Amino acid sequence: MSAILEASGAAPGRDRGGPAQPLLSVTGLVKHFGGRRDWSGKRRGMVRAVDGVDLEIFKGETLGIVGESGCGKSTTARLVMQIIRPDRGEILFDGEAVGSPALGLQDYRRETQMVFQDSYASLNPRLTVEHTIAFGPWVHGEGRRAAVARAHDLLARVGLAPERFAARYPHELSGGQRQRVNIARALALQPRLLILDEAVSALDKSVEAQVLNLLLDLKAEFGLTYMFISHDLNVVRFMSDRVMVMYLGKAVEVGPSDVILKDPRHPYTTALLASMPSMDPDNRTEEAPLFGDPPNPIDPPPGCRFHTRCKFAAPVCSAREPGLGADLGDDLVHRVACHMADPSSGHPGAVAAMERA
Amino acid sequence: MSQAIVDVRGLTVEFSGPPPVRAVGGVDLTLVPGEVLALLGESGSGKSVTLRALMRLLPKRAAIGGTIRVDARDVRQMGAAELSAYRGSTIAMIFQEPGLAFDPVYSVGDQIAEAVVRHEGAAWAQGRRRALELFERVRIPSAARRLDSYPHEMSGGMRQRAMIALALSCKPKVLLADEPTTALDATVQIQILLLLRELQREMGMAVIFVTHDIGVAVEISDRLAVMYGGRIVETGVLRDVVRAPKHPYTRGLLSSTIHSSKNLGGQRGKRLEAIPGAPPRLDSLPQGCTFAPRCGLAIAACREGDIPLVSLAAGHDVRCLRAMEATADVRG
Repeated sequence: MSAILEASGAAPGRDRGGPAQPLLSVTGLVKHFGGRRDWSGKRRGMVRAVDGVDLEIFKGETLGIVGESGCGKSTTARLVMQIIRPDRGEILFDGEAVGSPALGLQDYRRETQMVFQDSYASLNPRLTVEHTIAFGPWVHGEGRRAAVARAHDLLARVGLAPERFAARYPHELSGGQRQRVNIARALALQPRLLILDEAVSALDKSVEAQVLNLLLDLKAEFGLTYMFISHDLNVVRFMSDRVMVMYLGKAVEVGPSDVILKDPRHPYTTALLASMPSMDPDNRTEEAPLFGDPPNPIDPPPGCRFHTRCKFAAPVCSAREPGLGADLGDDLVHRVACHMADPSSGHPGAVAAMERA
Repeated sequence: MSQAIVDVRGLTVEFSGPPPVRAVGGVDLTLVPGEVLALLGESGSGKSVTLRALMRLLPKRAAIGGTIRVDARDVRQMGAAELSAYRGSTIAMIFQEPGLAFDPVYSVGDQIAEAVVRHEGAAWAQGRRRALELFERVRIPSAARRLDSYPHEMSGGMRQRAMIALALSCKPKVLLADEPTTALDATVQIQILLLLRELQREMGMAVIFVTHDIGVAVEISDRLAVMYGGRIVETGVLRDVVRAPKHPYTRGLLSSTIHSSKNLGGQRGKRLEAIPGAPPRLDSLPQGCTFAPRCGLAIAACREGDIPLVSLAAGHDVRCLRAMEATADVRG
């Protein structure tokens, strides 16, 4: 049965730009929700969910996105998936603008699929598992029998024996099994990019490990590219080649996982790392790295959005917003949006930070 | 050793069916004043039901067996009036969702004052004063103004602080915490854990902290009890259980958790040592050891009879026939 998958073309045949071209390239992504226009026509009180995010995902890599609630990571995923329309910004998939004549939305959705956090809410309760998985290929023009055959094959690949599970309904499955079905459904159209939005967050630890293992296996088997979103920095680090840290609708730091882990340059990344519970009974956390909750994304603080909670905040931080600066490393792209990383910013900590580097 | 403040013997909880569900199948717990015990387990392990049994918060259809003694009183025999006095002043509880635990139509300060007036017969003004003290103690910024806030006006972290203030308003001897930090962001979670640790030390409370996260248990507890399928499978001093786990389930849980250790670079891309299978259904628990179907070391004897909790070292008990074999293959 696996011949069906191979016959209809794996990823390499669809590659257009070659390995150097990012699979996904997003520039200037903006999405604001709600708000009202005042007398001058200016929108006020809106949630700046995503406020100018650039990102690139290279072919075959996993980009992890991490941040707290309200940082815009899920909105970013939904914008990339085109579930909601961006206010501004450009999304290029393998060099083609999404929604352009060259790459229409229906074709794009064949290339990009998504797995959500709530495994139950994201399945149709009145469809059996096999019909759930076969539905996408069928809508995209595949014959019914071929689609069901593919569903069975995918079920086997995600570790659910088709003869036992194909005819079941979502309520007859455990959380881990349902998430496996969601993954199988996402793979049914042979996408090249899989967006995993908190896909393991609702699972028990012992089951979470199984699903993470499955995701690693599938990535190798199908040559997939992942956008892996989670609030759990440990899980993101485990899964990702590169990590992007978000705070209140902005990317604050992006770079290779190991670099971000060993040498975080943004004070927020440092605080997030230090907030992870210690696993050493003799070395517990003694001081909370940050005080208070993340601010409301309605009317976020001016300048650097983190300056209200940052212990290094200087006058320049509330006056001017730092951009994601140039590459900090030698050959790896490690960028940080902090005045301390920019010697020309006028931040008193900037010189010391440069000497350290 | 001082007198136990919480003493639970052979606690069983069964919800009438159909099908009948045995959520807790024989739990023993003792806690001395000032001790913090973490109950660690996955969903359906019976950890929250155990906690609710201590508060007598279970619905009528739950049949409870065994003895529950808190502060030398039999909780199961309490009448309505005694129970009402017991909750709040002897024992208090904080929940995962503070948004659901507060009454949405009263201000938070009034709800705390009400508890103080109700339990201590104090005047309203005195209750409000206590509320203000508590708000300052749990470090809610601009406490006096925040007393008049309604629950929906507060952020998640602040609501959790307010709930801790409410729980502590009548100086309970035992605090029950049911995953109070699970719904919070990482940077807020650590603040709440440190606050609870500090308040516990100052007030000398005994705390039972239910969590599914080993990291959280390490941050908060002195002693750890690991639950699986409605029973405690391993218990001991935190350091012993984390450093030298004996039960195959505890060992699997630790190896499948991604640690925040510094050598994580080597861990990436490699498969995690996951425990196969899924937790058992409580309406059809397997005979013998409930973990046997997922255990690589299970032998025929594991699948029959009652597996006893055996003491391996001082204060380190394990419910496993193969505990010796399970630890024999540890490197180092």
